[in-house]
Amino acid sequence: MKDEFISGIPDFDPDLEPRSDCIIWYRPKTSGGLHIQLESKVAVMYGVSIQELVKSTLTDLGIANADLRIEDYGALPFVLQGRVEAVVKAAHPEVQLESLPTVKDHKRYPPQRDRFRRSRLYLPGTMPKFMLNAGIHRPDAIILDLEDSVAPPEKPSARYIVRNALRTLDFFGAEPMVRINQGDLGMEDLDAVVPQPVHVILIPKAETADQVRAVDEKIAAVSRNCDRKDPLFLMPILESALGIVNAPAIALASPNNVALAIGLEDYTADLGAQRTLEGNESFFARSMVVNAARSAGLQAIGTVFSDVDDMEGLRTYALEAKSLGFDGMGAIHPRQIRVIHEAFEPTGEEIERATDIVLAFDEAQAKGLGVVSLGTKMIDPPVVKRAQHSVDLALAAGLLPEDWKQIPREELFPESVEQVEERR
Amino acid sequence: MKAKVGGKKIELVANAAGRPVPMEVNGSPQTPYQGVGKYQPRGNKAAPPIRTCSEYPPGGDKRVGSIKEALQKAGLRDGMTISNHHHFRDGDLLMVQVFDAAAALGVKNLRWFPSASFPCHEPIIKHLESGVIGWIEGSMNGPLGEFASAGKMNGLAVLRSHGGRWQAVQDGDVHIDIAVIAAPTADAFGNATGDRGPSACGLLGFGLVDSMYADKSIVITDNLVPFPCVPWQIMGQNIDYVVEVDKIGNPEDIVSGTTEVTRSPDRQYIAELTAEFVRAAGIMQDGFSFQAGAGGTSLAFAIYLKEMMKAAGVRARFIRGGSTKYLVEMLEENLTDFILDGQTFDLEGVRSMRENPRHIDTSPFTSYNWHGKGNFASMVDVVVLGATEVDVNFNANVVTHSDGILLHGIGGWQNCLFSKCTILPIPSFRDRIPIIVDHVTTLCGPGELIDVIVTERGIAINPARKDLIKATRNSGLPIRPIEEIKTEVEDLCGGPPAKPEFTDQVIGVVKWVDGTVMDSIFKVKGVDNA
Repeated sequence: MKDEFISGIPDFDPDLEPRSDCIIWYRPKTSGGLHIQLESKVAVMYGVSIQELVKSTLTDLGIANADLRIEDYGALPFVLQGRVEAVVKAAHPEVQLESLPTVKDHKRYPPQRDRFRRSRLYLPGTMPKFMLNAGIHRPDAIILDLEDSVAPPEKPSARYIVRNALRTLDFFGAEPMVRINQGDLGMEDLDAVVPQPVHVILIPKAETADQVRAVDEKIAAVSRNCDRKDPLFLMPILESALGIVNAPAIALASPNNVALAIGLEDYTADLGAQRTLEGNESFFARSMVVNAARSAGLQAIGTVFSDVDDMEGLRTYALEAKSLGFDGMGAIHPRQIRVIHEAFEPTGEEIERATDIVLAFDEAQAKGLGVVSLGTKMIDPPVVKRAQHSVDLALAAGLLPEDWKQIPREELFPESVEQVEERR
Repeated sequence: MKAKVGGKKIELVANAAGRPVPMEVNGSPQTPYQGVGKYQPRGNKAAPPIRTCSEYPPGGDKRVGSIKEALQKAGLRDGMTISNHHHFRDGDLLMVQVFDAAAALGVKNLRWFPSASFPCHEPIIKHLESGVIGWIEGSMNGPLGEFASAGKMNGLAVLRSHGGRWQAVQDGDVHIDIAVIAAPTADAFGNATGDRGPSACGLLGFGLVDSMYADKSIVITDNLVPFPCVPWQIMGQNIDYVVEVDKIGNPEDIVSGTTEVTRSPDRQYIAELTAEFVRAAGIMQDGFSFQAGAGGTSLAFAIYLKEMMKAAGVRARFIRGGSTKYLVEMLEENLTDFILDGQTFDLEGVRSMRENPRHIDTSPFTSYNWHGKGNFASMVDVVVLGATEVDVNFNANVVTHSDGILLHGIGGWQNCLFSKCTILPIPSFRDRIPIIVDHVTTLCGPGELIDVIVTERGIAINPARKDLIKATRNSGLPIRPIEEIKTEVEDLCGGPPAKPEFTDQVIGVVKWVDGTVMDSIFKVKGVDNA
């Protein structure tokens, strides 16, 4: 057995000073009590409270004898607690106890099936410094990632940091999501994650309906054990040829599915094609995902755009995704969120037409008419639904005031669609 | 309370802000802070000694062979005060040589009176240790600040604002025996300018007061031009000696430390909120003026404001520098009529000052001096500044951190507080350390002069500014009580931070703009002479 266990990456790049994080070395002992050697950037302000927190965490986990060395760069309590639990469980795999931070009141809002998922911000599960303020950038969703962005030695730590972040951090209304690992590791992730205030689980590399069902069953089992009453929604990510051809079945695999997402790096590699800017190689896959999602009543979510400095490229990419029928896409940097939201917002003309249709629908309802008509045209129910969706998007983006139905049309749309077209 | 001040145990008195301060610092009597605008000294300004032309070479050639020779001729002896300007910031190559020469001449117990010192001055620590320098009065950035924080300096650190430094010299609080003026271009008569030459650093405004009030002034240059050096920023009539050297400074190191636009999305967001606040409050309108520092968030603020000004078709009358390439772009795109510049923070600023007649060099006298007949700082519509801490009464700290360690100088910060609207955009916590506290560790600026705190978690407006509260009421901006932001951040960070434990040894004082003592800096327990 090893005699020392570690959580955190000690050989960090000296130019990238770690922030809001710590590194912990742990040596199990059979006697002699607890000995904690702390070196902290915030020792003056929080040295005493760190010692107390580490001791109480060890007590929670049933550890009475150990040597710990902690190099602290201003880790928040939930991070310290998570890393202590990670090293303890690495040293003592038999420990079943947990050390859970209290769930904050601001975490208590219920999952919603229908909500915007224009942007979802990916955050590596072992980088707490990116999590602390992620919510202030107002993404529709925040994904705490346990999969690709976490190096294998940090996987166990990521699980506890993510679990504790879900209980603690204010995401300011963003939908909390977790991307679990593939395979058995992902199933173990669910044990830690399902009891927490999380709303959506992303299933990476979904290739079959059975895979989704297995996740769903595991969630049901864990939910029963921990008395979770809230639903936990699923977003399978299709990132292989097999996943794409099975898309319709995957979309229908679980009543908890809310969206299908596509991942193009792995998909193009699987095809043996190069990922290009034009994206001809993935056109079929993207269309397939949109069609499979729509046919099952789900949202379709596009992949990320990886150049965080190229805002124009991102805008073009997002507009193309929207034109294919996607409802949103991933973001890997907070800077991308606004551009993505703008791209997925309806245009002025779309909003005007949509409000026309919604008003016509209201009028038909008021008159008890079964058929909605606008001028001489009949409006089909799906068109009404689509229009309502555009209005909701416009409201969320602040492009339409909440009380728009009370505002005269000429004030709301000073220039009519016809005038705009005429001017062109 | 009693405290150790410069080896003596003396009684501290509580000033108008309730802060304990000594009545004597480094042998000079002190006046405790009395409140904003309350202290009204009378009498005449200090003046340099009378000289006659017969004491100087009739041909106007004041050159001497070396720095050492100039110091000897200037009559350097024990206990004198030597001053310099910091326009080269971390690129200064002269002051280490000056004190090496002083050490070679065997003098002791000098007072160094820079307008600021930087990490490049670390070699000077050995002269502090050997007693060549007794103490430093001036902003200390980096290793010298740590040295002083550890209580190792013989005298007390006296921290003054740029305007306060002018005031201290002008009022005779500080008498400069020998002024050293690094000059990127000069003639043998002593006329000098900073805007040209291979080591151009922009302007020499911080050295102006030194040249006017010192007993002896030495211009040191690496670009001697035939008389006349025009336009001059320093007048040869105030200069005693001129020394030629190979290189006076590295202008590329002017851009050290704080002068890069932030890449942090959180700070960009804070900068954007700040610009939106300025617009929403109705400040951003034709003919307005603003000042933003050289910190990453302030620079980002200027960039956001620029886009908003362009979109709204608004043009400023003037921008107060610290100039950077971003302000220069605004000048060149006619988004402002003038830059009134106190120091150039990058080489684009230097170029613009040399080439653009609308880029004006100013000094602490025009801009910051409280003991003058007005100054520019109070005419600025909005200023954006930094802080290490603020408290729930809007008092702010810029010199120490929450752990009590002295790390920064005041710069023009205190002087800028007199602008019509003072905004501090700051993150609500750094690493784990909440920035909004019950009481600041060191008081540098009174809350009555600080109007708005912008954090990534909301904007707090000083309740005294009912006009700003009213103007932004329906702006949709996240305006919140400061206590609410504080509570939220403490909840995140695991409770309010514990205060450092201090010894009873005073290691420095913070002066207010009028020369009164605003606060004392105590040595932190456990930070010792290791």
